[in-house]
Amino acid sequence: MPWQLDNDRPIYVQLVERLKLQIISGQFQPGDKMPSVRELAAEAGVNPNTMQKAFAELERDGLVQTFRTSGREVTQDEEKLHSIKAEIAKDIIRKFLEQMRELGFEKEEAAALLEEACKEEKE
Amino acid sequence: MSALVECINVSKSYVPGRFAVTGMNLTIERGRITGLLGPNGSGKTTLIKMMNGLLTPTEGVIVIDGKEPGIETKAIVSYLPERTYLDAQKTVGDIIEFFTDFYEDFQPERAYGMLKSLNIDENAKLKTLSKGTKEKIQLILVMSRDASLYILDEPIAGVDPAARDYIIRTIINNYNPEASLLICTHLISDIENILDDVIFIKDGRMVEQTNVDTIRQQHGKTVDQYFREVFAC
Repeated sequence: MPWQLDNDRPIYVQLVERLKLQIISGQFQPGDKMPSVRELAAEAGVNPNTMQKAFAELERDGLVQTFRTSGREVTQDEEKLHSIKAEIAKDIIRKFLEQMRELGFEKEEAAALLEEACKEEKE
Repeated sequence: MSALVECINVSKSYVPGRFAVTGMNLTIERGRITGLLGPNGSGKTTLIKMMNGLLTPTEGVIVIDGKEPGIETKAIVSYLPERTYLDAQKTVGDIIEFFTDFYEDFQPERAYGMLKSLNIDENAKLKTLSKGTKEKIQLILVMSRDASLYILDEPIAGVDPAARDYIIRTIINNYNPEASLLICTHLISDIENILDDVIFIKDGRMVEQTNVDTIRQQHGKTVDQYFREVFAC
């Protein structure tokens, strides 16, 4: 199955997000060899050049490293992985707060509701 | 390296005074997948036929890898026409043999591999197969060549969605990064994720040549949505 992509945003941006998530969620472990651009492009149903562009961005971010002989590997830099994870978490929280604001909840109210929901989940 | 395809001020007139293609200037770089998009009767097939040497431009010139369309370009261009030209009495295997003999760059193992994954019986005669299956075979033949340029005129129109996914994967897997692909279709949403560039044409003229992610970035729309806007009736 091709990957589900949003209509209104550049494809490579979405590929970057998706790959980041796969790396952080451990689908690709630190030190794992990444599939080739072509394999992933075929799996996602996207243009190999676009996948290449996404990989270049991951490399710039330091999430994957290219070795001349052995292809691409997921970085083993735990700190790096951690900071990207935190970045994505912040993103999710920002979106959450934005949606809550649209519903008319201020930050404090949203936080209170969140805390309440956490408690409920524990029980 | 120079561009793979260049159309310089190309016009085609079938009837005096009426032009199917007018003053077309376009360039296709190597290693790109380009969509040739336009409404019915906009000149897409005329343009493609000129690139394949099936029609001669009334004016202007087309250059493919430094040569005008002819015997030499046919050796490096793999063309999927909108209509089939295969002998319906022949079996699938016969046709593969024929292609192996005819095209130096044809890879029979690749063709047999694809037939197998699509469950197509190589001993079946073409006339006994459905329209969609015939289309799949035609596309398999075209993609089994190691060409520099693949020109696909409506490659997926008649096949079911599952086979479409397979075909798109096949296109991605088989084409070499130095080669270019020109795909002409109405089914934009099915193929837009694999396109680098799009060329919009209308009334025989080029409207726009741009990049897919540029359209998404600038307009916040898919190529499909953008097309519907540009060509709204």
